Amino acid sequence: MSIGNSSPRREGRAKVTGHARYVDDLVFPGMLHGITVRSAASRGLIQDIAFGPEIDWHDLVVVTAADVPGRNRIALILDDQPCLAEDRVNHPEEPVVLLAHSDRQLLEHARRHVRIDIVPEPPVFTMDEALAARTVVWGDDNIFKRYALERGNVEAAFAAAPIVVDGDYETGAQEQLYIEPNGMLALASPAEGVTVWGSMQCPYYVHKALMSLFALPAEKVRVVQMETGGGFGGKEEFPSVIACHAALLSWKAGRPVKLVYDRAEDMAATTKRHPSRTRHRTAVSRDGRLLAMDVDFVIDGGAYCTLSPVVLSRGTIHSAGPYYCPNVRLRGRAVATNAPPHGAFRGFGAPQSLFALERHMDRVAAAVGLSPDELRRRNFIATGQTSAVGQVMRDPIEMGALLDRAMALTEFQAKRTRFSALNPAQRVRKGIGLAAFMHGAGFTGSGEDHLASVVAVEATGDGRVRVLSSNTEIGQGTNTVFAQIAAAAVGLPEDAIEIVQPDTAIVPNSGPTVASRTCMVVGKLIENAVVALKSELEKVGLPAGGYDADAFRRACADYIDRYGALRATARYQAPPGLKWDDETYQGDAYGTYTWAVYVAEVSVDTTTFETRVDDFVAVQEVGRVINPVLAAGQIEGGVAQAIGWALYERVLWREGRMANAEMTNYIMPTSMDLPPIRVFFEEQPYAHGPGGAKGLGELPMDGPAPAILNAVAHATGADPRSVPLTPESLMSIMGTVHA
Amino acid sequence: MRSFLRDFDLAAPRTLDEALTTLAREPGVWRPFAGGTDLMVVLEAGKLPPGRYLSLRRLRELRGILVDDQSIAIGAMTTYAEVMAAPVLRAECPSLCAAAADTGGVATQNRGTVGGNIANASPAADTPPALLVHDAELELVSLRGVRLVSYDRFHLGYKRMDLAPDELIRSIRLPRGRAGWIHTWRKVGTRRAQAISKVCFAAALDLSAGAPGAQADRAVRDVRIAVGSVAPTVIRAAGAEASLRGRALTMSSIAGCCEALRAEIAPIDDLRSTAAYRSQVAVNLLEQFLASASPVTN
Amino acid sequence: MPDPSTGSGQSPSRGSGQAGPFVEISCRVNGEAVALSGHPMARLLDVLRNQLRLTGTKEGCGEGECGACSVLIDGDLVNSCLVPLLHAQDAAITTIEGVAEGDRLHAVQAAFVARGGAQCGICTPGMVLAAVSLLARNPTPSLEDVRVALAGNLCRCTGYARIFEAVLQAYRT
Repeated sequence: MSIGNSSPRREGRAKVTGHARYVDDLVFPGMLHGITVRSAASRGLIQDIAFGPEIDWHDLVVVTAADVPGRNRIALILDDQPCLAEDRVNHPEEPVVLLAHSDRQLLEHARRHVRIDIVPEPPVFTMDEALAARTVVWGDDNIFKRYALERGNVEAAFAAAPIVVDGDYETGAQEQLYIEPNGMLALASPAEGVTVWGSMQCPYYVHKALMSLFALPAEKVRVVQMETGGGFGGKEEFPSVIACHAALLSWKAGRPVKLVYDRAEDMAATTKRHPSRTRHRTAVSRDGRLLAMDVDFVIDGGAYCTLSPVVLSRGTIHSAGPYYCPNVRLRGRAVATNAPPHGAFRGFGAPQSLFALERHMDRVAAAVGLSPDELRRRNFIATGQTSAVGQVMRDPIEMGALLDRAMALTEFQAKRTRFSALNPAQRVRKGIGLAAFMHGAGFTGSGEDHLASVVAVEATGDGRVRVLSSNTEIGQGTNTVFAQIAAAAVGLPEDAIEIVQPDTAIVPNSGPTVASRTCMVVGKLIENAVVALKSELEKVGLPAGGYDADAFRRACADYIDRYGALRATARYQAPPGLKWDDETYQGDAYGTYTWAVYVAEVSVDTTTFETRVDDFVAVQEVGRVINPVLAAGQIEGGVAQAIGWALYERVLWREGRMANAEMTNYIMPTSMDLPPIRVFFEEQPYAHGPGGAKGLGELPMDGPAPAILNAVAHATGADPRSVPLTPESLMSIMGTVHA
Repeated sequence: MRSFLRDFDLAAPRTLDEALTTLAREPGVWRPFAGGTDLMVVLEAGKLPPGRYLSLRRLRELRGILVDDQSIAIGAMTTYAEVMAAPVLRAECPSLCAAAADTGGVATQNRGTVGGNIANASPAADTPPALLVHDAELELVSLRGVRLVSYDRFHLGYKRMDLAPDELIRSIRLPRGRAGWIHTWRKVGTRRAQAISKVCFAAALDLSAGAPGAQADRAVRDVRIAVGSVAPTVIRAAGAEASLRGRALTMSSIAGCCEALRAEIAPIDDLRSTAAYRSQVAVNLLEQFLASASPVTN
Repeated sequence: MPDPSTGSGQSPSRGSGQAGPFVEISCRVNGEAVALSGHPMARLLDVLRNQLRLTGTKEGCGEGECGACSVLIDGDLVNSCLVPLLHAQDAAITTIEGVAEGDRLHAVQAAFVARGGAQCGICTPGMVLAAVSLLARNPTPSLEDVRVALAGNLCRCTGYARIFEAVLQAYRT
């Protein structure tokens, strides 16, 4: 049976031989290279664009905002972001001019000879400045979006509470750092329309953006995904920008144009994880039950709206975590600053708010005098209870069992005691910490309804089944998992399945490859479509009960002969009974959740204040594991990225610009920096996922940072409140003497 | 790749004589280019000064490790990988081998050279503190002749060296006869591999032997302490050394040595770290080393 | 401001590589003698990708940090983004395209496929070469040996564990 099998990655051979084709590997006849000239100023009016006399500009293709045929906006949510700056700039690195030439070297040289003169205006760089709104840089009050939800009687609960714990927690920006930078190759003309090939997660987002920019109908725009070297959300919405740029150059040049960023440009100019600040106020009883939670969650969206409202919504919804509390006030605000717009990154708001919550819960435990695990245990939400946003939790929840398993696997209580006893005499101090959390799978609220995803499957005359969806392989295993699901549904070996390359000319819009939805939502649609296909074949006598590959092939050939093409589609239908109110933003936030308890064991060297993660255990309930190797790979990779966020990855800001935009100075973990990451799965099948699977790609980002900081607090007695917790930060929290 | 290559040239003379002749003929026009692991990075960032570069790649005279009774001479174009593989260096210069192993990753170690690292003169370079602790001496050559410069007098200031425009480093000489010294090397980087150092610390101690069975504090016959990334150049902490030389290792003398070190370093805040961190950690590393070497304070 | 709208994207008299220093070097790439030409400081990475169309070697950072551009020169792992063309004279270069023997994958490649060592695949060519180079020097590495040997190759997807398992499996087969 295919489900549950560690089928080898379908495109694995191409990847290990260097034959997989990424966008920079493409060369088209007559192709030019493109480059982007960007603002150095963080905010101001464009007074002049001067092209220096050293360059013969007639040899280059030059594009500005005046060259946009349609609407000079990147179509997304609010459409406030220009494709190219017109009369003003709102962030450093904002694109202003595009150049193309056949010689990439000459382009670099020419770029230095374009001078953009800007009359500066006062910028806003911090969340506090944005909220104070003494300078307004966006809308009326620098606020892209706000949410407010309240349940129960929060003020009364605080007034009566025996114990109240306050805390502020901060998270910094994080660069996705896919090893393949952003790139697009475009072929565009007024006569033929626009085609782009490139690195991306969401072909139909790019399609929509191009239609709007060029004022073209859908059939005149075509988007093709190439092998993509990592995304993590960094290639969710940003590719629309670079695709529009490449296409504008091609439109003007009348030739193909390839626009690929180098690492420094990609780091400085593209989206990052939203920085955040969360203020917690928690009322708790003397026996450790949560009485009231008041959470104020703020994220920094940068200069344009992009996806900030959705990041805010997910972060706000997750800010109360996997707990039951009768009185809850959640407030969220996404603010504008003059930095390059922030955007999607694995977890999408939840890592930020869950970091704050889970670090806070350890402090609440200490205030009550309970161990960190016991406080969690007494407050986990149970099936039948109502969440902070008003969702009655219907699926089985076994957080207690997950906690038990994590405690046993890590010898948590014994180590906690032992480390505390031994540490005072040691230069290297050990700590162990945990985090308990959940992650909603699929789009929030009515998001999946709005997407109205469609997949198609076709059968060929030689009995192969082709799967057509716009969901992309970006390393997480889409191709392989889709093939397993389709094979299981049709009852044939996996090599009878073909996954069609996402090309908007060929595949329907099955929605973006984000939000941990690809396997769960789209995989389920594939399952449904294959079942529909089989039904069709019963018209030509394919037995419903079972058949072999030959019988299937004959039936396909027969059907095609008689009726023409054999194709079935499936469209998303919300699971029955889900209710979500878009106005009040309450109700069934997600169709289902994955649940987890993570434990980190650390060593803190008091000579150098370096923290090393010695062991990491990740226990999670994920519905059903379709492919054990791929699923574990997702957890391991997500934990590694989150360890980077917790301890190493710091974006240094100077006047709204990333000052450390090199891989030498922006530090992600190497093979020497990571512990063994031990992964354990539980399965509570989800009725609406393929084979019972829930989405798990983002879950592993939520737990490691708080687990690690809780462990460091245990090891040192310090009280860290922000990530990244660099050695310099830890030293200043601990005091400079290493006694 | 942000440089316009037409503004650059790279040529590879076949012999040392040819190289020195070129440098002498057009002083200041040609800049030496060794393994490329520093200069190519700067080129790609668009920050390498345009001009003419002289590759030392083919110069056999700059390669090889020569050993005699008194000293070891490491050719300037010896790679980190070659340093790590040389039995005599593994046996007698452990700090240098540790520094080479901590520089970049395998790929950098296969091409980066000791001479290139010295001449690049980054204050954060890894091998310089080890070289100082091993009392390195540089052999500088030009058409005008050969001169020897003690390495602790080679770096004059930030990116300024006692190296004339017509000179090349031919070899790095390390004296032998240090059996019995206790060595330490520790690099504190931004991560455990592929990292630029925030502090790098090398030290060596020659302790007198205590009387058999005695618990008396051992006297410091001689000591070397060198630190990188805490000043515009690598520094030999002469003041810290002087405070310890000839004294017993006690909690008091260790504390005094640490305070002397703190006073003679001048770290800064930069993209990677802070002055306060560098200062404290340098002192902590020294204290940890001295405490571990002393049986009483352990 | 000059009227940019007539720009052709092509310089009539100044094609790339025709002005400025120019060298022709001979070397071997994946066992075959080749002649390469270009600016002496051109990155070997670009020459392999653009002149020989060997696109398996990737640019990840242009700083020698990520190892996606790794190739072997005379058996040694190097970052091809840091090797100037002039320094490739007489070199024996192995790229990822030279690792398999025809259709037969190298043990490292097969192990990567079997053990989930590749996710998005962009770091994979460099990782494979780092592993091949390690096993040629040290046929029976420990886990720590593997960790150190691959420390200069960054992977953002996997967390490295399955890459290490794949390398350890490779030498056992």
